[in-house]
Amino acid sequence: MAKSVVQEFTKGLWNEIPPFRLVLGLCPSLAVTKTVENGIGMGVAVTFVLVCSNMLISLLRSIIPKQVRIACFIVVIATFVTVVELLMQAFTYPLFLQLGIFIPLIVVNCILLGRAEAFAAKNGIIPSFADGLGMGIGYTLSLTALAAIREILGSGTFYNIPVFGPSFKPFAFMVQAPGAFICLGLMLCIMNMLSRK
Amino acid sequence: MGDYVLLAIGCIFVNNILLMQYLGNCPFLGVSKKMETAMGMGMSVVFVLVLAGAITWMLNHFLLKPFGFEFLRTISFILVIAALVQFVEMFLKKSIPALYAGLGIFLPLITTNCAVMGVCLINIKEDYSFVQTLVASFSYAAGFGLALILFAGIRERIILARVPKPLQDTSIGLVSAGMLSLAFFAFKGMV
Repeated sequence: MAKSVVQEFTKGLWNEIPPFRLVLGLCPSLAVTKTVENGIGMGVAVTFVLVCSNMLISLLRSIIPKQVRIACFIVVIATFVTVVELLMQAFTYPLFLQLGIFIPLIVVNCILLGRAEAFAAKNGIIPSFADGLGMGIGYTLSLTALAAIREILGSGTFYNIPVFGPSFKPFAFMVQAPGAFICLGLMLCIMNMLSRK
Repeated sequence: MGDYVLLAIGCIFVNNILLMQYLGNCPFLGVSKKMETAMGMGMSVVFVLVLAGAITWMLNHFLLKPFGFEFLRTISFILVIAALVQFVEMFLKKSIPALYAGLGIFLPLITTNCAVMGVCLINIKEDYSFVQTLVASFSYAAGFGLALILFAGIRERIILARVPKPLQDTSIGLVSAGMLSLAFFAFKGMV
């Protein structure tokens, strides 16, 4: 039992790490990863919603009728997204402004509905918690990695601290839309190369 | 009138929802492998997005705002969109079976298409009037369809090309989406 919980947790960190292995939840991962700060903020928000909704759905799984389960899942997820939205507005206002419409858009992030449907609706509360936490942390790590590459190359800073000297010319392409797509595509390619060994 | 044309051009080309605002990328990569599915998805999005834009605008201005329920926006919008998609599906099945056969499988997918929810939220955030909302929703959806069809054309060619193994499938898809996005950069500064 204990071992399987650990497995549920760790699978989110490499084997099924979103958004690389499960190609879900791409939109926010491309949009908010201009800076590391935004990437981490988004990752933490998603982790919170994922853990809470996974646990609640797992608790309610025997009550929810099969026919309307998707609607029920969406309501649960939307509730926690609203909680996160209000919390961020209260405590991290600058970050709230930076992320903008991408906070309410966590609702339609396919990772949440995907995990609810594929895992939480079939498993008990503790494995669901582990699954949610693992997936959430995996997602945060991927966002941070992507954001780090884009921020270091695109604006020459890491977490708003300059990395290169003043003579560095920022590669502005990386912080704009095309850079996001190409960067994620190449990271996916590197992941494929590493795991083929 | 000129304002609406400018708004439409801005939404289709300059702020293209897929390539510039990063919304709706999951179906973008998922259904763009074939031209027909891309067309079906694009048409369904145009259909649902205009309806969703109009309904969420009314919901926001007649219910949420006057009663101070704005914190319920996320939850009510997603429910409206989900119900709308369900309703459109039933309606089409009954009255226009030919269209239903074409769009059928794509309709349920639209509920979790972040482009729909995203455009509804953008309309509210930009404080558009009702007519502006309609124009913007239609143009964003048209831009979505345009990008999707262009991308499907590219992807049909990629299948024939010899791509290095680690780059195959999603990876090369993302890189070519980046190129397409770069091409759309040319529209910047047009409006």
